[in-house]
Amino acid sequence: MPSNDQTDATRDELIQLITPNGERRSNAAYDPWVADVDGAALQALYEDMVVIRRIDAEATALQRQGELALWPPLLGQEAAQIGSGRALREDDFVFSSYRENGVAYCRGVDLTDLLRVWRGNASSGWDPYAINMATPQVIIGAQTLHATGYAMGILTDGADSVAVTYFGDGATSQGDVNEAMVFAASYQAPVIFFCQNNQWAISEPVRLQAHVPIARRAPGFGIPSVRVDGNDVLACLAVTREALDRARTGGGPTFIEAVTYRMGPHTTADDPTRYRDANELEDWAAKDPIARLAGLLDSEGLLPAEVSDAVKATADEVAARLREGCISMPEPAALDVFKHVYSEPNSWLERQQDHYEQYLTSFGSSEEGGR
Amino acid sequence: MSTMTFGRAINAGLRRAMDNDPKVVLMGEDIGKLGGVFRITDGLQKDFGPHRVLDTPLAESGIMGTAVGLAYRGYRPVVEIQFDGFIYPAFDQIVCQVAKLHYRTKGAVKVPLTIRVPFGGGIGSPEHHSESPEAYFTHTSGLRVVSVSNPQDAYVMIQQAIASDDPVLYFEPKRRYHVKGEVDESVDLSSTSMNDARVVTEGSDVTLVTYGPLVPTARDAAIAASDDGISIEVIDLRSLAPIDFGTVEKSVRKTGRLVITHEAAQSGGLGAEIAASITERCFYHLEHAPVRVTGFDIPYPYSKVEFHHLPDLDRILDGVDRALGRPNSLSPHNGLEG
Ligand SMILES: Cc1ncc(C[n+]2csc(CCOP(=O)(O)OP(=O)(O)O)c2C)c(N)n1
Ligand SMILES: [Mg+2]
Repeated sequence: MPSNDQTDATRDELIQLITPNGERRSNAAYDPWVADVDGAALQALYEDMVVIRRIDAEATALQRQGELALWPPLLGQEAAQIGSGRALREDDFVFSSYRENGVAYCRGVDLTDLLRVWRGNASSGWDPYAINMATPQVIIGAQTLHATGYAMGILTDGADSVAVTYFGDGATSQGDVNEAMVFAASYQAPVIFFCQNNQWAISEPVRLQAHVPIARRAPGFGIPSVRVDGNDVLACLAVTREALDRARTGGGPTFIEAVTYRMGPHTTADDPTRYRDANELEDWAAKDPIARLAGLLDSEGLLPAEVSDAVKATADEVAARLREGCISMPEPAALDVFKHVYSEPNSWLERQQDHYEQYLTSFGSSEEGGR
Repeated sequence: MSTMTFGRAINAGLRRAMDNDPKVVLMGEDIGKLGGVFRITDGLQKDFGPHRVLDTPLAESGIMGTAVGLAYRGYRPVVEIQFDGFIYPAFDQIVCQVAKLHYRTKGAVKVPLTIRVPFGGGIGSPEHHSESPEAYFTHTSGLRVVSVSNPQDAYVMIQQAIASDDPVLYFEPKRRYHVKGEVDESVDLSSTSMNDARVVTEGSDVTLVTYGPLVPTARDAAIAASDDGISIEVIDLRSLAPIDFGTVEKSVRKTGRLVITHEAAQSGGLGAEIAASITERCFYHLEHAPVRVTGFDIPYPYSKVEFHHLPDLDRILDGVDRALGRPNSLSPHNGLEG
C-alpha cells in the first residue's frame, strides 16, 4: 500500500505481477486488485495489446508511405497503456499526451480519428466528450493541470468519477506538472498522475530529468506514489485500480510511475541511433510486454493456435480499417481555416474571411481557388 | 441608480453573475477571506462559499490550467491575476490552451473563462505592478480582450465577459478603482454589447481613441482643448480585440484626424494596429498621419519618474496639435517659444 510516510525503499519497489519470463508472481497487496481477472480477461488484455501494436505498426507504415506527416509510436508501452486504460470507468476522464493511442483505443476511439492530426486534416481527432478523453496535448505537461482542474470540478459536483492524466518522464521537469501536484494535493482532487517513464524524452535520458526514481517526487507534494513495472499489464491494471478506488472514496490523488521503454523512435522523424545504444533496446526487448503475457497465457494453456490466430486476424482487420479510414479521409475545405476560432461572431475575423473569400473567388470557385 | 466606486461595481457585477449561474466560480490568490489585494472580491467567499470562491496556491500557470480543466467540466471560471506583471507565468496556458482549445476541438470544448487583470500604472508601485500587457493578448487569436473605464461599464461588462462562451481578458484600470460613478444595476445586459466602442465626447476636429485608465484623461483633454476652440471626439474602445473599427472609422471620416493614446509601449502596440487599420479603411479622409501618444519602449520605470512615461493631458494635447498641424513639441522651430 503506498502511503505518504512510506520509505524510499518501499517507494522504489517495482510492483510486478508477471515476470519477464511470463510467470505469475504473487503480491499480497496487489493480488486482490486483480482477483477477478480470469483467463478470458487475460486473453482480452492480450488481444488489446496485440491490436494496438498492430495499429502502431500500420500507422508507422502509413507515415513511411507518405500518407501521414508524422506518427509517435508507442511500441513497448502497450502494457502501461492497456493496463491502466482498461481500469477506467466510462465516466472517468482522460487527459493525455500524444503517445497514448493505446489509451484512446481503450476509450473506444474511432480508428480514423487517431490519424486526423497526423495526416494534417485537423488539429485534433475527436470530440472529447464522446469518449471522455481530451484530445492529445502537445505542450509537454500542460494537460496535467487540466486533469487537476477537471478533478476539482468532480469534487464540487460531488461525483465519484476520476480524472486521469498521462505524461512522460521528460514532462516531470515541467512546472505545470509540479503545479498540478500542488493543486491536486491542496484540494485533494480525484486525479491520477500516470507517468510513463519510457527512459527517454526524445534524445534526453531520464537521468537528466531526475536523480531519484520519479515516483519519489510525489510524496514531497503529499501525494502517495507507486512504481510499477510498466511492461506488466496486470500490475498496471492493479495499481491503477487501487488509485482509482482511492480517488473515488475521497482519498485524493495518486502518482503512478510506470517504468517502461520506448522501443521505437520518438516519432517517425527521429533517429535514435544518434543517441542510444542498440544493447539497451535488446535488454528491453527481453522484457517485452506482449511476449511476457503470451508466456503466461501459454503456460496456462490459454494461448492455443486458434486463439493466437484469431487475435492476429482481429489485429489485421483493425489495421485494414485504419488504413482505409486514412486514405479515404475527406480533404478539409479552404474556408475551414476560419472556423471555430471563436464561438461567437468576431468582426476582425469576419472581415479577413470575407476578403479571403473574394480572393479565392477571383480564381473561380471559393472551394478550389488559390492553390 | 446608485453611486459606487469602480471596484465596488466589479464586485456587484461578479455577485450578480454568481447569483445567476451556479457554474460561475472565482479563482485567484488571496481572493477569499482577504477579498483580493484590491478587495474586488470582498465578501463573495463568505456569501458563496469556498467552492465558488477559491483561494488558490500561488502559481499562475496552475490557476489558469486548472481553470481550463474546470471549463472542460462545464464550469465558467473567473480568474483573478493579482497584478498585470504576474500574468506571464500563465502565458503558456492562456496562449496555447485557453485561446486555442475551441479551435483545436472544432468547437467541442468551450472555454468561457474570464481573466481579470488589474493593469496600468500611476500608483507609485515597484516594478511588475504597473504594466499594460494587453497587446500580447490582442495579438493572440481565440481571445477577446476588453478594458473598462467607468463603474457602469465595469458592472455590465464583467457580466457580459462571464456570459461570453469565448475566453475574455478583462483589463481593470487599477488606478481608477476608487473613482465613483453612477451605476444602474437594473440595466438589461443584452441591451449593449461589450464589442462596441463608445463615443465619450462628440467632436469635429480630431478623433482621440483610447481605453481603460486614459479615458478620463482624454475626456479632460477634450474639455481643455475646447477652450482653444478645438473640438475633440473621444472614443472609448472598450473592446480591444476585436476593435470596433466601424465606430472609429465613422468618426475619422468626419474629423480627418486620428490620435491614439495608451499607457502601453508604442512599438507593435495597439496604437499601431489602430493607425494601420484606419489608414486602410479611410486613407482619403485623413488630413494628417495618425498620431500615437503612448508609453515609451522601456520597462515600466520606477515610480518617481513614471509620470514621464504615462501619457497625460498635456502630452495628449501635444499629439492633438501634431495631428492638426498646429505648432507642437516636434515642430521644426518648435513653435512654442514666444
Ligand atoms: C513545452 C514543450 N517543449 C518542448 C516540446 C518538444 N517535445 C515534444 S515531445 C518531447 C519529449 C517529451 O518526453 P516525455 O515527456 O518523456 O514523453 P515521451 O515523448 O517520452 O512520451 C519534447 C521535448 C513540446 N512539445 N512542448
Ligand atoms: Mg519519455
